[in-house]
Amino acid sequence: MISDKTKGELREITARYPESRSALLPMLHLVQSEEGYVSPEGIEVCAELLDLTAAEVAAVATFYTMYKRRPVGDYHVGVCTNTLCAVMGGDAIFGTLKEHLGVGNDETTEDGKVTLEHVECNAACDYAPVVMVNWEFFDNMTPERARKLVDDLRAGNEVEADRGARICTWRQAERVLAGFPDGRADEGPSAGEASLAGLRLAAERGWSSGAPKPTGDAPPRGDAPNGAASNGATSNGGGGKGQ
Amino acid sequence: MTDPLTPALTANWGQRGSWTLPAYVDQGGYRALYEAVTHEPDEIIQMVKDSGLRGRGGAGFPTGMKWGFLPPLGEKPRYLVVNADESEPGTCKDIPLMLASPHTLVEGVIISSYAIRARRAFIYVRGEVLHVIRRLQQAVREAYDAGYIGHNILGSGYDLEVVVHAGAGAYICGEETALLDSLEGRRGQPRLRPPFPAVEGLYASPTVINNVESIASVPGIVLNGPEWFSSMGTEKSKGHVIYSLSGHVARPGQYEGPLGITLRELLELAGGIRAGHELKFWTPGGSSTPMLTKEHLDLPLDYEGMAGAGTMLGTRALQMFDDTTCVLRAVLRWTEFYKHESCGKCTPCREGTWWLVQVLERLERGEGSEDDLETLLDLCDNIAGRSFCALADGAVAPIMSSLKYFRDEYVAHFEHGGCPFDPAAATLFEPETATAGVGA
Ligand SMILES: Cc1cc2nc3c(=O)[nH]c(=O)nc-3n(C[C@H](O)[C@H](O)[C@H](O)COP(=O)(O)O)c2cc1C
Ligand code: SF4
Ligand code: FES
Repeated sequence: MISDKTKGELREITARYPESRSALLPMLHLVQSEEGYVSPEGIEVCAELLDLTAAEVAAVATFYTMYKRRPVGDYHVGVCTNTLCAVMGGDAIFGTLKEHLGVGNDETTEDGKVTLEHVECNAACDYAPVVMVNWEFFDNMTPERARKLVDDLRAGNEVEADRGARICTWRQAERVLAGFPDGRADEGPSAGEASLAGLRLAAERGWSSGAPKPTGDAPPRGDAPNGAASNGATSNGGGGKGQ
Repeated sequence: MTDPLTPALTANWGQRGSWTLPAYVDQGGYRALYEAVTHEPDEIIQMVKDSGLRGRGGAGFPTGMKWGFLPPLGEKPRYLVVNADESEPGTCKDIPLMLASPHTLVEGVIISSYAIRARRAFIYVRGEVLHVIRRLQQAVREAYDAGYIGHNILGSGYDLEVVVHAGAGAYICGEETALLDSLEGRRGQPRLRPPFPAVEGLYASPTVINNVESIASVPGIVLNGPEWFSSMGTEKSKGHVIYSLSGHVARPGQYEGPLGITLRELLELAGGIRAGHELKFWTPGGSSTPMLTKEHLDLPLDYEGMAGAGTMLGTRALQMFDDTTCVLRAVLRWTEFYKHESCGKCTPCREGTWWLVQVLERLERGEGSEDDLETLLDLCDNIAGRSFCALADGAVAPIMSSLKYFRDEYVAHFEHGGCPFDPAAATLFEPETATAGVGA
């Protein structure tokens, strides 16, 4: 059921864009957040709000792999099996998880907790092999760590991403993708070790880009908002938990 | 003399809380914006032209020249769209940039929008990176609250709205015209060009589309001057770029340096290929750029150097594979990717990639023949150049280049009756672990 609150939020999304149809992708993310997949009702509601036919909305929904036709579990576990990760061990990890969870690709465990899927390159190749949980990064994975990860998720233990926040549910993640922040932006590190590899080496050897050090007054740091803010079209950043 | 590594975009990634506005400002952030608004927009475009910056999204088109193609300001609004779809296999630079320092991109968006006189900008980011999206959303919010985005920015009279827009999983949406269709709420399928986006882009209005790294380079150019930027690199390939080393290398990761460095130099910095093995093949800029071998270690990694070797610099996604890797397995997996990601708009690509997978699978099983190798080349001929967009050219790149350098290995599969390689040997885990996984 798409609630009235959600319908209001769907309308809110359309207001971010000069032409309302641009809102369709985030709207479908919000539908998934509410329904657990792109439901027939969700398609109807989007169509109605955007003055499209249900067939037009369905044609868009089926084009994108993140939109699901069947309910997804609480945790979407994506194993990268694009070439680089596959070779470095992604195929072995995917095989291990299939066996361990007793599910095939794009299937959900009986307890409704974990949906397993192999995914394409997730822009983290320097951390291969990579596993994504609800689109958060788990780096340099091994079959053992992957098994432990899904066990923890199924047991309801708190799990933190390697480069990200504490893992929320898939539906909560979909809400963020729709443009409704959850206040977790300040969790997790700036970067992992691999991201810093060149920087560390340059510091050791005294190498730089030769950019002059900034001088003069520093611009406002944003800790004392100056009130010049607009009623911005983007959604609120929320006050993260900070650490 | 330029140093071997020149951290500019990556310089603040190790700072505590680097993604927040206070940390960014403490590192010199938003000074470029203050500088920019003291200039006329056209002066900023001139600076970007003078810097020699070329697009970092793959094609290497001069950024300032692209901005100069906008028709004279008319009735229709102009838009800036940032391509943050980063999905080319091997490419992994924009995502860590936006995770560690989203404000570098946001400041670049504001200055670039000001330069091209756009009052709305969109950051189209692939959907599969939740935490990056959180940090972008927060950075945009912080910039609004500080008066860097919104109404009358820094008293300049200039207004700008910025929207972070999450995609939904489709590689083709990285192609700029498909991205525009997707941003308009449609299936992401490429558009016929001309008209080019500069003339008729988003909502049929003049639009500039640039890669994350291109836009993120703009504040540095404005603050430190075009000469600073162009002092790095080679004659026609100027500036700093992020090289992403991945695969069988001792210390994979992001290495920011001048254009024109060689892979041999980079590998030395990264500790070389993993112990006991040697480099077999590598991609200079993602899977869509024809692969090279250890014969090519000393070529300059710049646009010209790579073109001279029959490949492309692409996104500097340097994926390294050592002697344990079966090239056929690698190529088949990439081909399956292109088949899956073909948007289906044109027949040579949609049908052709399906056939390529069939033939490669047969070859991998050891059931192929010399005829199959000819069939592969014929198919490639019929796909590349006859399709609607560059995805198809990318799809044939791994096949054509691997047949050029490793034809023997294709033959070995059918002479051997299957794959002569042990996949467990290529993994990064202990042998027992790997065997436990395989066959499961
Ligand atoms: C299939 C395909 C996928 C692409 N994916 C991306 C991408 O993920 N990010 C990107 O910036 N450019 C990508 N491009 C290149 C864009 O079409 C475009 O050239 C680029 O965004 C322009 O920005 P630049 O001039 O700053 O490089 C892709 C091109 C093709 C053909
Ligand atoms: S070449 Fe492939 S991806 Fe490009 S338009 Fe044709 S079918 Fe779509
Ligand atoms: S290949 Fe797995 S993240 Fe790039």
